[in-house]
Amino acid sequence: MDFIPNTDRNREEMLRAIGVGSLEELFADIPPEARLGRPLRLPEPMSELELQQHMLDLADRNAHLGHLVCFAGAGIYDHYIPAVVDHVISRSEFYTAYTPYQPEVSQAVLQSIFEYQTMICELTGMDVSQASHYDGATALAEAGLISCNTTGRRHIVVSATVHPEYRRVLHTYAAGADLKVTEVPYRDGVTDLEALERALADDPACLLVQHPNFFGCLEPVQEMSGLIHRRGGLFVVAASPISLGLLAPPGSYGADIAVGEGQALGNAPSFGGPTFGYFAVTEKLVRRLPGRVVGATVDSRGQRGFVLTLQTREQHIRREKATSNICSNEALNALAATVYLAMMGKRGIREVAELCLKKAHYARDAITSLPGFAPAFGAPFFMEFAVRCPCSPADLVKRGTARGILPGVALGRFYPELEDCLLVAVTEKRSKAQIDALVKVLEGCA
Amino acid sequence: MKGPEPLIFELSSPGRKAYSLPACDVPDKDIRSLIPEGFLRAGEPDLPEVSEVDVVRHYTRLSQLNHGVDIGFYPLGSCTMKYSPKVNEWAARLPGFSWLHPYQPEELVQGALQLMYELQQYLAEIGGVDKVSLQPAAGAHGELTGLLIIRAYHRHRGELQRDKIIVPDSAHGTNPASAAMTGCRIVEVKSDARGGVDLGELEKVLDERVAALMLTNPNTLGLFDENIVRIARMVHEKGGLLYYDGANANAIMGYSRPGDMGFDVVHFNLHKTFSTPHGGGGPGSGPVGVKEKLIPFLPVPTVGFDGERYFLEYDRPLSIGQVKAFYGNFGVMVKAYAYIRALGAEGLKRVSENAVLNANYVMRKLQKWYDLPYDRHCKHEFVVNPRRIKERTGVKTLDIAKRLLDYGVHPPTVYFPLIVDEALMIEPTETESQEALDYFVWAMGQIAEEAERDTEKVKTAPHTTPVGRLDEAQAARRPVLRWRRGA
Repeated sequence: MDFIPNTDRNREEMLRAIGVGSLEELFADIPPEARLGRPLRLPEPMSELELQQHMLDLADRNAHLGHLVCFAGAGIYDHYIPAVVDHVISRSEFYTAYTPYQPEVSQAVLQSIFEYQTMICELTGMDVSQASHYDGATALAEAGLISCNTTGRRHIVVSATVHPEYRRVLHTYAAGADLKVTEVPYRDGVTDLEALERALADDPACLLVQHPNFFGCLEPVQEMSGLIHRRGGLFVVAASPISLGLLAPPGSYGADIAVGEGQALGNAPSFGGPTFGYFAVTEKLVRRLPGRVVGATVDSRGQRGFVLTLQTREQHIRREKATSNICSNEALNALAATVYLAMMGKRGIREVAELCLKKAHYARDAITSLPGFAPAFGAPFFMEFAVRCPCSPADLVKRGTARGILPGVALGRFYPELEDCLLVAVTEKRSKAQIDALVKVLEGCA
Repeated sequence: MKGPEPLIFELSSPGRKAYSLPACDVPDKDIRSLIPEGFLRAGEPDLPEVSEVDVVRHYTRLSQLNHGVDIGFYPLGSCTMKYSPKVNEWAARLPGFSWLHPYQPEELVQGALQLMYELQQYLAEIGGVDKVSLQPAAGAHGELTGLLIIRAYHRHRGELQRDKIIVPDSAHGTNPASAAMTGCRIVEVKSDARGGVDLGELEKVLDERVAALMLTNPNTLGLFDENIVRIARMVHEKGGLLYYDGANANAIMGYSRPGDMGFDVVHFNLHKTFSTPHGGGGPGSGPVGVKEKLIPFLPVPTVGFDGERYFLEYDRPLSIGQVKAFYGNFGVMVKAYAYIRALGAEGLKRVSENAVLNANYVMRKLQKWYDLPYDRHCKHEFVVNPRRIKERTGVKTLDIAKRLLDYGVHPPTVYFPLIVDEALMIEPTETESQEALDYFVWAMGQIAEEAERDTEKVKTAPHTTPVGRLDEAQAARRPVLRWRRGA
């Protein structure tokens, strides 16, 4: 199967039109030393029928969340997705288009991005959003770089309660740009404010926090905002978009940049990707935004239309002086989020957040009333929480999956001092019966 | 002709809803008893209140305002807008792939890890490199990753002074932008009369400060650099490395491998060469492959196989670290994997043969009206400009691009590469038939003739699209970047 429509007859005619005798002549510019003198070593081609069977076989070698009741979170969540979302993103007018360089035939992509930007501003309370970033981790890392470029400072402070993989990505990006990164320890599940004050002493470019943080706990964001602003740095908040149905938006407590992982908004977990990161800023920082931004304008007939705008920030115009190198982003995932938010509306997003909150608190109360189990932290939390376990969390995960339940994520791999802790996420999808079944799984372990 | 569609917010009506959620089945508690008041949101986000049918009609009508590969020809140069096979979409949506949590125990995701492991192997073979990381999310992200690897390699060898990245003047904009993100200096080299790297100019900038040369081959003119082996030798002799921008790999599969040309680091664009759709601007996937000596610096994790089970490899002390959360854009990998399995070695080679054949066919046919700045056989794409047309009629590349819209064709990449005045960069891809190409050639010929006969019609095009030419200057001067109630 090769999806090539031309036949040998076509090819002969075309070669004649070009004025060459063979296909090989068109490749004569590849010098012999650079040629592959043998066929590529790849498996034999397959018919579509064989391919379908093969892909089904591979997929069957995985246990998916249709069969595994998921209490794992830690950045990727098992939320409800309305059927309309996949219906819309399956329309090939959207998914077989490129970046909307020709606005006259790209209004679907452009207008949906404009709607997306508006929704992200509404959720986060920020002034301006760009079109999407790769994921929450890369959005946070670029927020750090942009803070340094904006302030002219070279030091990034990040809380140890930020997702460990986001911090790893931040370290990678910062090392590339020769920037210093300081991690602030946590106390009782949230950033230690005394340690934070010490870390801010040399006037860093920014403070990066996650709220709710990696443990699900609510950070003292008001105080943190004051602390970093007194030092003249930027306040960067990575906020879960679902939580913003209920929690005060970053814009309301002085965030300069709000970023986050958008998967929870209508995107399947997909083994961690593709998802998307959102990236929103205050008016002041609009010309520092990385990536695509869509704006409204008028056409030659006086009608409203949408275009890519403020492009002088971008790599194809500014090259090495661009605010970022990002080009392809995650447009289709952002479209899924747009459709999701259109479906949920202002009340739906709040209802989802409330369901998550209540179910998670019910689950934590039930689990920590088991002998040997205790809350790892006392700080208030949203929909995810860490519990100390009387036995190995990894064993608990094994026990659970044998019974069709994924109990959570063992924290020891990220925080050695939390070796006996399990991180449990409870979304609106989890029923009371499923939570009770999880409690049963944990019960027997002590 | 379909007119503009209102914004979803403008369809909103108080009290309308499109969602349905189950009632709360755990004991209902007052939210304020669970979360201190100060953390709670004061007002509601102004999201639309619409019905399900409103949502479906809105996005369906909106979709009809867009061009896509499934609608018609899309010869956007350097973007490889080939047809995306539907079986790949089907595969990526299987719950056994799309509904996996990244932190599931490895024994419960053996199929996913096997797919990733095999894809790593296939890409290494296709690129002529020794090991591949699937983590980068896009081409530019792959560039950043590759340059960080190169930098880590030099530093590990104590060569801290290597901070110079050489790019040709025909390079994609992401190349210098990526280099800048790694704190390197960018040095541009000129192209020679045949469109390749000017060896004399290259010689001048090569010294012990060179970290790497970044190159696309075939380059953005669609021309294969015949001196590539010599270029590689020159850079290596000075201790520098070679980075291959894989945006144009659709031209050479099965013929030549970047690793054999002398490149040390290669990125692939799964959303170009390997048929995964572009999604209106992503998701893409930009795996990076390296030669043996650079393996220690690859991002973690990669996928390993011990003969029985597949596992995530984290143990790489010299690694640059992670460049993205989790393992990369897995859903995109599924599609690229399915594509490679469908085509096999012969199929991939046929892809490149036909991509090159289609490009040369269109290029020769267009010569009647358009000018070729470099008159050589091209690879998968080529660049022409309307020099004669512009001299006689004043019609520019932008006008031609806009008029093409009236013929139902997406215009080529325009005004790029920067080294060709009024460039039209055309990449037909292998999935277009001779008839489709003939139609494009006919349309381009018509426009050339219209430029003489009815200049205004071309200069004011498009005439049949949902919106006319948009005022981009106004959009930038008075940015309106979101909808506001009552605004």
